[in-house]
Amino acid sequence: MAEPILEVRDLVKHYPLTQGVLFKKQVGAVKAVDGISFTLHKGETLGIVGESGCGKSTLAKVLMNLERATAGQVLYKGEDISRLSGAALKAVRRNIQMVFQDPYTSLNPRMTVGDIIGETFEIHPEVAPKGDRRKAVQDLLDVVGLNPEYINRYPHQFSGGQRQRIGIARGLALKPEIIICDEPVSALDVSVQAQVINLLEQLQQDFELSYMFIAHDLSIVRHISDRVGVMYLGKMVEIGTDLEIYDHATHPYTQALLSAVPVPDPSDRENRERIILSGDIPSPANPPSGCRFRTRCWKAEERCSTELPLLAVPELLAGGARHESACHFAAEREAAAA
Amino acid sequence: MTTAPEKTTAAKDRPAPGTPLLEVRDLHVEFKTRDGVAKAVNGVNYSVAAGETLAVLGESGSGKSVTAQTIMGILDMPPGRITSGEILFRGQDMLKMSNEERRKIRGRKIAMIFQDALSSLNPVLSVGYQLGEMFRVHEGASKKEAKAKAIELMDRVRIPAAKERVNDYPHQFSGGMRQRIMIAMALALEPDLIIADEPTTALDVTVQAQVMDLLAELQAEYHMGLILITHDLGVVADVADKIAVMYAGRIVETAPVHDLYAKPAHPYTEGLLRSIPRLDQKGEELYAIKGLPPNLYKVPAGCAFNPRCDAATDLCRTESPALHQVTDRDGAEIAGRASACHFWKETLHG
Repeated sequence: MAEPILEVRDLVKHYPLTQGVLFKKQVGAVKAVDGISFTLHKGETLGIVGESGCGKSTLAKVLMNLERATAGQVLYKGEDISRLSGAALKAVRRNIQMVFQDPYTSLNPRMTVGDIIGETFEIHPEVAPKGDRRKAVQDLLDVVGLNPEYINRYPHQFSGGQRQRIGIARGLALKPEIIICDEPVSALDVSVQAQVINLLEQLQQDFELSYMFIAHDLSIVRHISDRVGVMYLGKMVEIGTDLEIYDHATHPYTQALLSAVPVPDPSDRENRERIILSGDIPSPANPPSGCRFRTRCWKAEERCSTELPLLAVPELLAGGARHESACHFAAEREAAAA
Repeated sequence: MTTAPEKTTAAKDRPAPGTPLLEVRDLHVEFKTRDGVAKAVNGVNYSVAAGETLAVLGESGSGKSVTAQTIMGILDMPPGRITSGEILFRGQDMLKMSNEERRKIRGRKIAMIFQDALSSLNPVLSVGYQLGEMFRVHEGASKKEAKAKAIELMDRVRIPAAKERVNDYPHQFSGGMRQRIMIAMALALEPDLIIADEPTTALDVTVQAQVMDLLAELQAEYHMGLILITHDLGVVADVADKIAVMYAGRIVETAPVHDLYAKPAHPYTEGLLRSIPRLDQKGEELYAIKGLPPNLYKVPAGCAFNPRCDAATDLCRTESPALHQVTDRDGAEIAGRASACHFWKETLHG
């Protein structure tokens, strides 16, 4: 496997809940990200899936240092970047860029496309000298499949898919090594999603990018990812290669999530076995004790409420799973049913 | 632990499964705006029978929601304008009815579930009050009766501890629970037909599965007709009996669900199905329909899909295709299948 480029160790992000106006006192915390560790390797795509409120977008913000981590480390090429500020942070950010979900709100409507993409060069003038900037922006537009002559147009003159291409061009401008994509296609029409996914894959090959691909659409994540991490309520519950997660999931939540995805093929729909979870995701301000999934889990026992399962390769599975899963009773679904 | 609600009306004439409920015929709706006239619905035909689920599949701007709003009679006019067509509900043209007559159908016979439950519920009234309102307004129930019925309904859609939660406000419920309340509201008067406009798009997959299950179960129990408007090919494959695919304000293909997924008869449907990531295509480039959905102010001449179609010819650029009855290789008509493509034969049998 390629060298690690980003290592995340026990990352925690809590948002304090306060009470009182004059004398604020902390009465609790929303535990958005609560102890997450994983590694992103050079040139790979790590998919992160999970439902709303699981902390996947907070994770992206903390990695970008848009939010300060409460605890834990983010190592970029061995250096902890979670405590950096000022010029050192600016230098690191050049190498880690982000593509946002909503191409309608992430582009300033009063700036032309040239200014939106060119602004990155104002902040990092070393990447493109002043005289070359216009040319650099036009090259970027060409790379993402937009007409370079559109440089003076405004965002409203583009469709959703084209706007997302502008967002991608901006993410590429500084020639980063890592791009964090937070739901990059979920706001787009179905017929346009495939175009943007193809573009992202093409760019990865051309520029040797590492992607962290955050999404809730499991079929798209499977298509683009080399490895996939599943999050639930601020924790990583299972992580492995796409094959391990999709075909050999051992965590009950992953199994339920996969079985809930509607399959675009009606031929066998009467016989499909589905795990329908009861209830909703608990509040991250007050997560259940022990395993966080236990309130919705059909396997939950006494032990689950007292002992937090750690993310580790399950020991008991003879010859089975070789990937990490945070469940006391980790087992593949066929085995579980027997 | 659910208790069946009492019949709201003693002898409600409930159509037997299979009897035609709603038929939309050649409906045209346009919007007059500063930028010109947008032809949002451009000759739509579809029908749904009691106990049947029709999925209307389309992307944003295809006219699927405008058609639904026109059926419900909640289209904003102006800027909207119905230029022609008929909407027959059990044989009667609703577009020719007075407002008074339409009100008797709306809510009582045809109910609607919207995508965004939070903005469809009134934030300053308790959910119990809003559910009970259906009975107070339509059936003259007293406040006390209405509240009791609201609790029954909440039980029916499996909201835990309905009795304690009846006085809670919408913001106190999760997204999935709010959508259950919307379903309860639509079911309140036991309508013949429910129109669900993207009912699970705002929900997470595990909650989506719960809500779709509930909807299917209630539909089977009451033999309701269901029009499910969605862009999600997965949801459609799960629940639909038949499908109408819309593109730029027109129906481009209709088919029973199994036929459509097995072999589409329109290049647009084919493109949509091919662009779903499949397991055996890992690492390969995804098939993508080229270009963009059309601007409704200037829909391309001829077939609206022609600039994005790989098989388009001069005929496609000049002549708008009619919705052709689809036949099998031997020329026998396939029931319920139609395609608005000049070359449907090549697409289907080619």
